[in-house]
Amino acid sequence: MIMDIKDIIKPENLVYQKTSVLTDNAMHYCPGCSHGTVHKLIAEIIDEMGIQDKVIGVSPVGCAVLAYNYLEIDWQQAAHGRAPALATATKRLYPNKYVFTYQGDGDLASIGTAEIIHACSRGENITVIFINNGIYGMTGGQMAPTTLPGMKTSTSPYGRDTSTMGFPLKIADMIAMLPGVCYVTRQSVQTPVAARKAKRAIAKAFRGQEQCKGLSFIEIVSTCNSGWKMTPVDANKWMEEHMFPEYPLGDIKDYLQ
Amino acid sequence: MAMKGAIVVDIEKCKGCGVCVANCPTETLALHKEVNGKGYNYSYMANPDTCTGCTNCAVVCPDTVITVYRVRV
Repeated sequence: MIMDIKDIIKPENLVYQKTSVLTDNAMHYCPGCSHGTVHKLIAEIIDEMGIQDKVIGVSPVGCAVLAYNYLEIDWQQAAHGRAPALATATKRLYPNKYVFTYQGDGDLASIGTAEIIHACSRGENITVIFINNGIYGMTGGQMAPTTLPGMKTSTSPYGRDTSTMGFPLKIADMIAMLPGVCYVTRQSVQTPVAARKAKRAIAKAFRGQEQCKGLSFIEIVSTCNSGWKMTPVDANKWMEEHMFPEYPLGDIKDYLQ
Repeated sequence: MAMKGAIVVDIEKCKGCGVCVANCPTETLALHKEVNGKGYNYSYMANPDTCTGCTNCAVVCPDTVITVYRVRV
């Protein structure tokens, strides 16, 4: 039996729609950018947990600096790399709020390395969402500490030479050894399965704040198709082939129930 | 019990990235040959009869422009 589309598109048949935590603003991100997907996952978790008035986000410097335009929650905006410091103050002043930072790799893994490591070392009861696309997206695709060996960027046009430019910095593996950190996981959002897993991980981290066990850290391996000079679909494939061997997905540490 | 689905795309907000097309398990979706107001080839149901309403396209859509409906037939 072939049904007419008009008979299917009815309110009682609705199975998926945009959550009201996301605003109606059109996102400024490039087509296919992982930021949009992660924003949506966070918004859906906030909606499902019913904590829209209890969550405070700290946005970074980078493409996601304008995240406050897209999620209808309380936000702060930190100086470059300083989001964990601002989140520390926010959580200590408002211990009953859910506080998270949303940072890219240029923000967290480069200029903000000291802040994230000491926030982890102090065991601050916050959630850090770390978007790792191996490049400085907003400023024009420069090499980041997380850039893969041999990867071409605008400041490493012949590929990252590890003899002079060093090796990729694996922040998630580094901080997992600190006792103040209760949950470290690495996820991605390029497929529906991966996005649903990432959503469960973010939800677990948010709920983990209620247990006061320490900092929870979610790395999302993501793409920067404009910076990588690829189509969004090709960038997702390239990420699976090249980023995942260097940044394998899965839980690195889990002390949460 | 088969599922029959349909999606509604917010055409003006779609950026035509094609991630939904690549993740559609039934090859229902495609990018339209026409463009929206911003010049993007927006996503649409090229084969509406094959849609099962699995929501995979909506889950991966970075701009959350897809609404999904589903019925049992």
